[in-house]
Amino acid sequence: MIPSIPQSVFTKFCYRAYVAVFFIYLGLPLAVVCVFAFNDSVFPALPWEGFTWAWFFGKDAPFIGVFNERSILRSIGTSAFVAVWVSALSVAVGTCNAFLFVRHDFRGKSLLYVLMLLPLIIPGVILGISILVFSSSVANTLEDATGLWFDGLRPGLILVILGQFSFITTFATLVISARLQKFDPSLEEAALNLGASKAGAIRQITLPFLLPAIVASAVVAVLMSFENFNTTLMLVGSDSPLTITMFDKLKQGSTPVLNAVSVLLMVASAALGVMSLLFQRSKSS
Amino acid sequence: MSSDASRLGFYLLLAPILLWLTVLIILPHVGLFVVSISEKIGPREYELGVGNYAAFFSEPLYWRTFARTAIMSILATALTLILGFPIAYYIAKLTKGRTKTTLFLMCMIPFWVSELVRTFGWMILLRETGVFSNLLQSLGLVSGPVEMLYNDAAIMVGLVYTSILFMVVPLVTTLDSLDDSLIEAGYDLGGTSTSILREIVIPHAMPGIVSGCIVVFMLSLGNYLTPILLGGKDSLWFTGMIYTQFITRFNWELGSAFGFLLLALSSLVVFFGLKLSGRSLSETMGRA
Amino acid sequence: MNTSSPDLECRDLVKDFDDFRAVDHVSFDVPQGSFFSILGPSGCGKTTLLRMIAGFQSPSGGDLLIKGRSMIGVPPNKRPVSMVFQHLALFPTMNIGDNVGFGLRQRGVSRSEIKTRVEQVLARVGLPDVGQRRIDQLSGGQKQRVAIARCMVLEPDVLLLDEPLGALDLKLREHMKVELKTLQAEFNTTFVYITHDQSEALVMSDNIAVMNHGRFEQIGSPHEVYHAPATAFVAGFVGDANKVSARYEGDAAEHQMLRTDGGKILRLEAGASALSQGQKADIYVRPEAIDLLPADTPPEGGANIDHGEVVAVLFNGANSTVTVKGSDGAMLKVALPQTGSFASLRKGDAVCTRWQPTQARCYANAEEG
Repeated sequence: MIPSIPQSVFTKFCYRAYVAVFFIYLGLPLAVVCVFAFNDSVFPALPWEGFTWAWFFGKDAPFIGVFNERSILRSIGTSAFVAVWVSALSVAVGTCNAFLFVRHDFRGKSLLYVLMLLPLIIPGVILGISILVFSSSVANTLEDATGLWFDGLRPGLILVILGQFSFITTFATLVISARLQKFDPSLEEAALNLGASKAGAIRQITLPFLLPAIVASAVVAVLMSFENFNTTLMLVGSDSPLTITMFDKLKQGSTPVLNAVSVLLMVASAALGVMSLLFQRSKSS
Repeated sequence: MSSDASRLGFYLLLAPILLWLTVLIILPHVGLFVVSISEKIGPREYELGVGNYAAFFSEPLYWRTFARTAIMSILATALTLILGFPIAYYIAKLTKGRTKTTLFLMCMIPFWVSELVRTFGWMILLRETGVFSNLLQSLGLVSGPVEMLYNDAAIMVGLVYTSILFMVVPLVTTLDSLDDSLIEAGYDLGGTSTSILREIVIPHAMPGIVSGCIVVFMLSLGNYLTPILLGGKDSLWFTGMIYTQFITRFNWELGSAFGFLLLALSSLVVFFGLKLSGRSLSETMGRA
Repeated sequence: MNTSSPDLECRDLVKDFDDFRAVDHVSFDVPQGSFFSILGPSGCGKTTLLRMIAGFQSPSGGDLLIKGRSMIGVPPNKRPVSMVFQHLALFPTMNIGDNVGFGLRQRGVSRSEIKTRVEQVLARVGLPDVGQRRIDQLSGGQKQRVAIARCMVLEPDVLLLDEPLGALDLKLREHMKVELKTLQAEFNTTFVYITHDQSEALVMSDNIAVMNHGRFEQIGSPHEVYHAPATAFVAGFVGDANKVSARYEGDAAEHQMLRTDGGKILRLEAGASALSQGQKADIYVRPEAIDLLPADTPPEGGANIDHGEVVAVLFNGANSTVTVKGSDGAMLKVALPQTGSFASLRKGDAVCTRWQPTQARCYANAEEG
């Protein structure tokens, strides 16, 4: 049970073996995805035909690598565009929310807090269709009334950004609020006491304190935006982000190009993760 | 300090959240509900009615898929709990320091990789020409290729894989807060491993178990990728049905009704889960 | 039970961790129905010793017997000992009745019997009718009693207590000392109590073992430990004492003569310690063993008399002390008489201090070997 309770060697061995098997289960799918990105075969499957970089840099069909596959490159760009917007918007609103919930007391605060948590328990698909339905009916009404076109309210990148923003903001709010709660308000009072203005105190004292949480939630927002599928699927227009493009390709049949993209994605998110970890370390020490 | 300025500041902080929640959460869901109770009687002509819901209940394919999705999600939740609990316990109680951090971060790996990539990995492993099939053949255990994809077991593997992190993390947090001396006291008073697990560890971990189960159930219920990719074309999953109504059939009214039913089910589960644990939504989700 | 076999007996008990020895050849036995304390500073190995008795650590060597039966290899849930944990370890998910009944449930005692026995034991610790309450509805002292009741309902041969008073505030701690002693007498169970607080040990125990660096320095009654400390560590750790460094100069007329670092000659009882000529030693004198006299007191034959100046008066009710700077510059802490005769003493006043050679303890300075 715990180290101080004597336990039979056999039980201990079985427990450890289970834990080991579990972590193999966790790692195996990711490992095969990576391995087959380097297999010199047109199909991501055994047998192993030898190592190749072709699925990254290849130029000649059928070995067209990621970096020469226009549709994938374009969708990576689209994803990055969406991710930056979602991350910026949700961190900005999340920071405001954190100040509102931690610093202010007002009627209906707990109700508002529960409303703020709701996006966590609404399935992504539903979030997607509800925004789709709503924006379309708004667009219909406006177009009927004015006779103009409102393309921004039809499926497309703006709706994708809004859809992802609608639930990622909740995460940003939670992460930043948690950090703001730990802030000692007397530090700000000390700054005011030393002659700083209210805005100056927040900018020079409070925001630097919140920075690790802001960076962390920005990173998480970028990752969630890149990975999001369910909400995006319902709102996507002609420009499809990476996950949608990959899904379409996967439905047509898998090629090692998808493995190569996956490897790039993993490397990128690992790099993001390590960077944010290093940043937290440097701030906390 | 002038109170006018601080009131202004308050309203400036209040504006974004109200805008966000009203425009992107509340109004769309009200709209969804309105559409779900609209019936098309002519081109661009609608009237209110429960016909869409009636269609759901009268067409066995619809409600059977709904029930199947719910049951499979419950099963996936139970499996995730059973498989994840020993892992969370091991990390929280039997490891320390660096090992603990490492194992905990390793549990997070799936989160750092897109769901699509994870599911793709399982496809490579499980399909007829996949790694497992080849392995079994080369070991001589089977004579021909085996198809392990496109069945309910494959969906289950994928669902558990995708959501186990959301079970393990809250469990590790609650189990971490269980003082070792409580377990020692249980032994000292004559308890056995089983009775201590039942009477001390599980009651203590209950908040984590409930919040883990809620999240896992919702993720499974709302999952689209895993059932479609691992379960094949005719794997009936309710989200797939919603997609079909919206995108393929362009029957938004029926699709909205389906969406609302799914939302109702997941809200119901959250509600009863919270009742069961006697905790509020803020307590359970606020620390996710 | 056979009176010749003590409830708890440790023989040459050793516990080694990776890089140090936590318990070093400890032997002792505790007779039935007595209150035995293990007193020592934190890190002395007392917790490890207690956890070995409870079964949460296994000894590296030696034997451990309860009622004459060796406990080596017996898991904690099979030992006839119960433990009151440092932070009590009451199960927060159960009410008080279920907490107390936990051990009985493990033994498969019938539901109705558990109910009556839980009620009985709660009544004995003075908490009738609290069975349905939650743990967090109790005060600190009540929690203590529930923790003890939870163990005592199992009628253990030995009850182990791991500094359970540490978390209480001062006033409650004073009160619980008396109460614990009363409960122990009431149940007539052997208590083994570990603490770093000498006053707890002195007040409650029948016997005290003073522990340091994994070894027992002395085992004895509170009186013996206080008045006849066996080692310099015990003299310094138990109670307050002035420590004076000095060098042995030889014997003179029934007294050992020692010269302090400041050059003063002190007289000690002959045979107070086995010292060789010129050897360094530490002399311990308790503040209450020193008399405070007017500055004009004449010299006297046998006693150690010194003239000095008051450096500080520390008023603390019955425990008030005066710090006196002696003629050799050494500081001496002296108890202020309760008679009020020196009530007007101020910093800078001249006084005279006196203590009898029999009142001091002297130990060869270990560092010099």
